[in-house]
Amino acid sequence: MIRAVMVMNTQGKPRLAKFYDYMPVEKQQELIRSVFGVLCSRAENVSNFVEANSIFGPDTQLVYKHYATLYFVFVFDSSENELAMLDLIQVFVETLDKCFRNVCELDIVFNFSKMHMVLNEIIFGGQVLETSSSEVMKAVEEITKLEKASNAISLVPKSVSSWQS
Amino acid sequence: MESLFQRSLDDLIKAIRLQMIGESNFISKALEEIRKELKSTDLQTKSTALEKLIYLNSLYSIDMCFASFHVVEVMSCSKFSYKRIGYLAASQSFHENTDVLLLITNQLRKDLNSSNEFEVSLALECLSIIATHDLSRDLTHEIFTLLSSSKVFVKKKAIGVILRIFSKYPDSVKLVFKRLVENLEGGGSGGGDQQVMAAVIGVFCELTAKDSKSYLPLAPEFYRILVDSKNNWVLIKVLKIFSKLGSLEPRLAKRIVDPICEHMRRTTAKSLLFECIRTVVTCLTDYETAVKLAVEKIREFLIDEDSNLKYLGLKALSILGSKQLWTVVENKEAVIKSLSDADPNIRQESLHLVMVMVSEDNVTDISRVLLNYALKSDPQFCNEILGSILSTCSKNDYEVIVDFDWYVSLLGEMSRNPHCQKGVEIEQQLVDIGQRVKEVRHELVHVARDLLIDPALLGNPFLHRILSAAAWVSGEYVEFSKNPLELIEALLQPRTNLLPPLIRAVYIHSAFKVLVFCLHSFFVRKHVTSSSLEGLAQGMCDHDSEREFPEGPALERRDCSSTSFDCEQDEEFKPRSQNRTGEELATENGGESLFAFGQVSLSTSFAEDPFNHESIVGLIDLIKTALSPLSGSDEVEVQDRARNVLGLIELIQRETDGWLIQKEDSFKGEKLKAFKMIEILHGAFSEKIGPVLRTSQERVPVPEGLILNDNLSDLDSICGDILSPPTGVFSMGNRLFGENYGNSSLDLQKKEESEPSTESTSLLAQHRKRHGLYYLPAEKSESMSNDYPPPNDLQSTADIDDGAQDLLKITDQSLSSKRKPKHSKPRPVVVKLDERDEKPVSSVKPLKDSEHDELSGAVRNILLGEEDTSASSLTKPSDKSKGKRRVKELSSKSESQPKDKLGDAPPEFGSSSSRRSKHRSRGKEREKSPKNNDENIEGSNQKDKRKSHQQSRNRTRHRADLPLNVVAETPVIPDFLL
Repeated sequence: MIRAVMVMNTQGKPRLAKFYDYMPVEKQQELIRSVFGVLCSRAENVSNFVEANSIFGPDTQLVYKHYATLYFVFVFDSSENELAMLDLIQVFVETLDKCFRNVCELDIVFNFSKMHMVLNEIIFGGQVLETSSSEVMKAVEEITKLEKASNAISLVPKSVSSWQS
Repeated sequence: MESLFQRSLDDLIKAIRLQMIGESNFISKALEEIRKELKSTDLQTKSTALEKLIYLNSLYSIDMCFASFHVVEVMSCSKFSYKRIGYLAASQSFHENTDVLLLITNQLRKDLNSSNEFEVSLALECLSIIATHDLSRDLTHEIFTLLSSSKVFVKKKAIGVILRIFSKYPDSVKLVFKRLVENLEGGGSGGGDQQVMAAVIGVFCELTAKDSKSYLPLAPEFYRILVDSKNNWVLIKVLKIFSKLGSLEPRLAKRIVDPICEHMRRTTAKSLLFECIRTVVTCLTDYETAVKLAVEKIREFLIDEDSNLKYLGLKALSILGSKQLWTVVENKEAVIKSLSDADPNIRQESLHLVMVMVSEDNVTDISRVLLNYALKSDPQFCNEILGSILSTCSKNDYEVIVDFDWYVSLLGEMSRNPHCQKGVEIEQQLVDIGQRVKEVRHELVHVARDLLIDPALLGNPFLHRILSAAAWVSGEYVEFSKNPLELIEALLQPRTNLLPPLIRAVYIHSAFKVLVFCLHSFFVRKHVTSSSLEGLAQGMCDHDSEREFPEGPALERRDCSSTSFDCEQDEEFKPRSQNRTGEELATENGGESLFAFGQVSLSTSFAEDPFNHESIVGLIDLIKTALSPLSGSDEVEVQDRARNVLGLIELIQRETDGWLIQKEDSFKGEKLKAFKMIEILHGAFSEKIGPVLRTSQERVPVPEGLILNDNLSDLDSICGDILSPPTGVFSMGNRLFGENYGNSSLDLQKKEESEPSTESTSLLAQHRKRHGLYYLPAEKSESMSNDYPPPNDLQSTADIDDGAQDLLKITDQSLSSKRKPKHSKPRPVVVKLDERDEKPVSSVKPLKDSEHDELSGAVRNILLGEEDTSASSLTKPSDKSKGKRRVKELSSKSESQPKDKLGDAPPEFGSSSSRRSKHRSRGKEREKSPKNNDENIEGSNQKDKRKSHQQSRNRTRHRADLPLNVVAETPVIPDFLL
């Protein structure tokens, strides 16, 4: 089972954090920090796996991928295949790429809820449910459509005040 | 209207990004805003506020418990976009103890029954993370309905949520399990089915990981998927399931070997290939062809450019290595090359594998190579290397070590590695070896001396524990020392003030022992040489005195003449005598007399040591100068030890008042008493210390009236910072001073070993003394100047190989060297303790929470319970569950089961005699063969074929509709469960 998914930038700022077992926020923060501590000490071009027993308890590993300014991290236990997890990160990133057309860190910063939407289609309660990015895209598009439809009734656009800041 | 001026999430993010400093200030302001907005009656405002709050909660660790009621409100909005925010918030922030959970049951039910599949999916997603026992119980029925949904999108999620439901509410198994199993059969056709299949297999993979036994009856279904499925994700999960089941049921393992090998040969997906390899190395190691194929594939991984594959290859190899060493040896080249890989993962795995290859024959070479390699590595890996050498060599009471002299000097060398941080381990081993291996003590003392005498080592705090062991060793086994005087100097050198007080106390105590030894030797010599003391000699070992006697007269003459301090010849003496207790000394030093050593070999080892009046007087002066300042030390241990030594010296001097300047007559009389005292002390120290079992304390009966369970928890809080579990185990062989002293000194010793190294400021120490409490953590003082250069004799001790090539070459040689080692001496006896008693006191029971027991119980009931009933009453038509095809299948399977396997089983298993008679001949033949088929693999192929024919014949009578491979497969399973 997948225990957690994290996306963070190379400065250690979290961009997405999803834990499939409930964790108090302080614990989450601590975990993210220790994962970053491990990742930033690793050189380029080394293997993508890290034993995570000391961070997440026995029988856990994490796999990460480094894209530009971002780390994508999946934490999982022995019920998952390491290489498959690596592929799954690829699926996730591919889907995001389709979603935002050439995804970059800013997209991820400003599309917090869409990130969750995409992730929820791929991983469900810690289990891999969908591995084809086109299927995920289909679902995400449908959901977005539905949201737009439900918002259309609203008279005031949601972010009319954005000029203020 | 208020929403017009509300910040949206985007605004919030932008604003946060603009905050260069004072981000937390800004966030707390934003949080104030959100709190207000949440109270708004406008749903738009509320949901936007909640969205912002989720964001802050998730990425800025802001607690959002306060908003849980608003979460429920937003969840129940009819508008999808709000609802989605509400559900996201719920899955992120709700947990078992959230009180509003009670309120969402109906909302969840409503959404689960919604006609909009995305609303259903929201509810399922949320449930998969936050479902509790109550929620699971109340919503099982809805999930059950959704399991047969026509929409794949919903169905797969409904399957996914089952895992959580089962674990929270095991009773749901009764309702849901059959439908879940039905989904296992849907695979093979159509993309949608594949998704569902993947989900189901995923669920079963998790279930079997927790409790594999219960799912054995489903093996036929899994087997079919293993053979038929083309989806790598599904295959990986099935393999995971089989690696669990295969280790439970050897005959099942036999079944799956072929398909797995087939996948290994055919697949191009590395992930699947690796999963096949892992399955083979974990549970199919008995099948040579499979292992060979796996090793072949592992080798491909090892030489791959991709470091991920290399790492995984090494990992697989290390699983295999513990069972089949040849596989590692075959790949040793790649393994050793990986030792110098840039990737720390790979290095670590290969180090592990190298250590697997260690044996009696090559331990010397490998350790040498690794030690040289450690010198060039970064500190972390260096310590990993040292750690694995230490743990490998000490395994099973130093099983692989033949030449202990070598090993002890290796330990000494390790200590001088500049990165060495393995002080605790090395300390433990030095002491342990000293206790266990008698023959090595000579070399041990030599190594200890080299460590003690080097002032540079004192500056490295990581070595302090090792130095402590060295000090202990040299005090304990001082009779092997070539030059005890030098030892005393080393033990009392000024730089010992760099040591933490507890280790310093060990130093001083060791000096005490050395001093006693010196004085004793000196007195014995005196005694032997002065004829007037002959009366005393009756208590002495005859041969000792006899041996000494020839020289006696000459020396005596010198003694008489030399009232001055220069009788050089006096150094020749032999210690040995028994004497009765001098009460005074015994009480004063009883608590101190922890250590003992055998003095049997004394006479031989100490024949020509330079002792004389001058050196003894010098020695005493040295000790007095070094320790006098410490008698006022703030550290209790140091002060105590120092005073003991000084007290002894004072006593001796008083007794022998002016012995150095007086004539022989007075010398005789006065010295007698001092001699006696030293005799006693020496006797106390000269008893053996051996290793002690960890459990031996438990065997000591508790004295009556002592309540061990008295509340000592408050003591804990007081001593918590100074007492930690002792690292070494020492015994007290203290016959002279009885148990009381033994106990107290044991405590003392333990404390000594375990107290953290501290040097407190005098203020703190005074404070502590006054209160007698230790409730402030002692602080480490780094204030001592460390002006000595770091130890730099590394170059001299090791020829450093540059480059991995050399390393490879050397290790290669050492590995391939088949020569029988010619040990110059036989392996010394290593004292071992009764292994039976060494089991850990609290044997760890397999962790199984009651919840899970419940779950597996429920699953077994479904899968087996009905079989049992149907199997016992064959005539009954399969009961109640007529509508469920699946159950019929299961029970019919089990009906046929006992018959099929009668031949296999011992007669008492048989239930139907008519059936048995039919198979009598076959049955007899089978009875001879062991039940476990894999034990005779050779002949089994043919037999197996026959068997499956037989079974399929039987089976076709019962169920013509099952595919052949499933038929062939089934007998394996329920047999095991009967």
